[in-house]
Amino acid sequence: MSEEKYIPKNKLTKWFDSRLPLLTLSHHLKSYPTPKNLNYWWTFGGILTFCLITQIITGLVLAMHYVAHVDYAFQSIEHIMRDVNYGWLIRYVHANGASMFFLAVYIHIFRSLFYGSYKAPREVIWIIGLLIYILMMATAFMGYVLPWGQMSFWGATVITNLFSAIPFVGESITTWLWGGYSVDNPTLNRFYSLHYLLPFLTFGLVILHIWALHIPGNNNPVGIDVKKNSNETMPFHPYMVMKDLLALLLFISVFLWFVFFAPNVLGHPDNYIEANPLVTPAHIVPEWYLLPFYAILRAIPSKLGGVIFMFAAIFILMLLPWLDTSKVRSAIFRPIYKKLFWVLLFVVILLGYLGAKPPEGIYLILSRLATAYYFIHFLVILPLLGRYEKTDPLPQSISDPVLDKPGMLDKFKKSAAEYEGENVESFK
Amino acid sequence: MNNKNKTKRRDFLFTATYTIGAVGLASAIWPLVDQMNPDSSVKAASTTEVDVSGVKAGKSITVLWRGKPIFIKRRTTKEIDEAKNVDLKDLKDPQKDSDRAKNPEWLVMVGVCTHLGCVPLGDKGDYKGWFCPCHGSHYDSSGRIRKGPAPKNLEIPKYEFVNNNTIKIG
Repeated sequence: MSEEKYIPKNKLTKWFDSRLPLLTLSHHLKSYPTPKNLNYWWTFGGILTFCLITQIITGLVLAMHYVAHVDYAFQSIEHIMRDVNYGWLIRYVHANGASMFFLAVYIHIFRSLFYGSYKAPREVIWIIGLLIYILMMATAFMGYVLPWGQMSFWGATVITNLFSAIPFVGESITTWLWGGYSVDNPTLNRFYSLHYLLPFLTFGLVILHIWALHIPGNNNPVGIDVKKNSNETMPFHPYMVMKDLLALLLFISVFLWFVFFAPNVLGHPDNYIEANPLVTPAHIVPEWYLLPFYAILRAIPSKLGGVIFMFAAIFILMLLPWLDTSKVRSAIFRPIYKKLFWVLLFVVILLGYLGAKPPEGIYLILSRLATAYYFIHFLVILPLLGRYEKTDPLPQSISDPVLDKPGMLDKFKKSAAEYEGENVESFK
Repeated sequence: MNNKNKTKRRDFLFTATYTIGAVGLASAIWPLVDQMNPDSSVKAASTTEVDVSGVKAGKSITVLWRGKPIFIKRRTTKEIDEAKNVDLKDLKDPQKDSDRAKNPEWLVMVGVCTHLGCVPLGDKGDYKGWFCPCHGSHYDSSGRIRKGPAPKNLEIPKYEFVNNNTIKIG
């Protein structure tokens, strides 16, 4: 089904739409053609939009009660938890919402890696997506500082000290970030200001992300180009909207399970101790979603080296559309890449596990091996694999993998015959 | 005929305008950047006097200076000897113990790991000095980095002995 042009039905809509084509836009969003074979891994875009809006709304409300001052921040969080009406609920939704946001974004990213959604012509969508991911990490980090607990304070100290590794200007940059000689009140205030700002920048990037998506249209599990103006696509509304909503409901169920039954399981108990600049907790760890990068930071036995590798681990993904030289998008038709995808997923999860462990003994050795593999995967394996891998033949159309299953066509013909009589030879 | 000259004049005007514009923009941005640097009130709060009469040999105290912990350690003779007898070739950031402690009995250091800013724990680690629990840096009894990711020795702040029992930091 192709996308029809919006034609205003009456004079008023015609008058308005010719001045600001909002109705054309909304018509486009409804009738946007989506490949009919999209599976549930494609529902995470909608879920992520939901997460962003939830964070903005709950954050807006929390800001009405929070006090960004080193003497009051910790108490104001307890005030929200104990006194403010439903404050506990709103804060738990916001805190667990951050984790759920990252859970969804990781699924979304790995979906892209499996089905090759980052490849031409979708490189710009991929890069904007990574910029959103980086903004999310910055926002989450600054948000975690606001309760001014021990983990807040020492997390802020360690992360801002990363910049002191930069030769010559590093010390001045950290002092500038802190507004003093250590993490203190000026730091807390500016983090609060930026924590409030960044979600709106993220929102802007999300609009660009979707805009860039709507130029080539969705990739799909088969990974071949969908024929526009064919029966291979369906309008976004109601087909994908309904599918997205069902997935969203399941996702919200998991989300609310955490909120109501295990609201602190993803956090760290030390953050319920007020910040103390004289004592570092014995075991400081970032939130779970940053652990793989933390493991890479600690795997390198040099301060500057660790920082470079940690940032490189993120920025290397920006080059992925050019590092992966294979013309075949979907891993379904790439027998070796398919296995390596699972190896990479395992290695990233392993790095996450190691990031939570002390940096010594076997944990340190494994961190170094996993870090090495992570970079080898992107810098060595992917460029070579595109050249040497023998891929399976691609189907002619996204319908073929379904219809080519033995007996499938007969089954369709039989059920079609029940409605239309026997003469359904032209079915395919 | 004199088209060429006209273009040149116009080029000059464009370049001059861009330049003035860029200078103006930069001078407008600078206050927005510099407001994040420490202000005078932060810079001014920079000295602390500490009474160290109650510190016994082998013990240390921690005080707060500029929002950072300062370790003041009264070293034992054994610890001083250990610190002095280290071969400078074994050090990542070579520095003599006598350059770090004006009075060998007293070691005054900023208690902030030079890796990523955690507070190291005393009397721990492979070199009987300090050990940072965050990323595993080991410091010796002179606060010098011996093992782990930290690049430098623990920093020595500016300090002086006001009298036998009082140290002024800053």
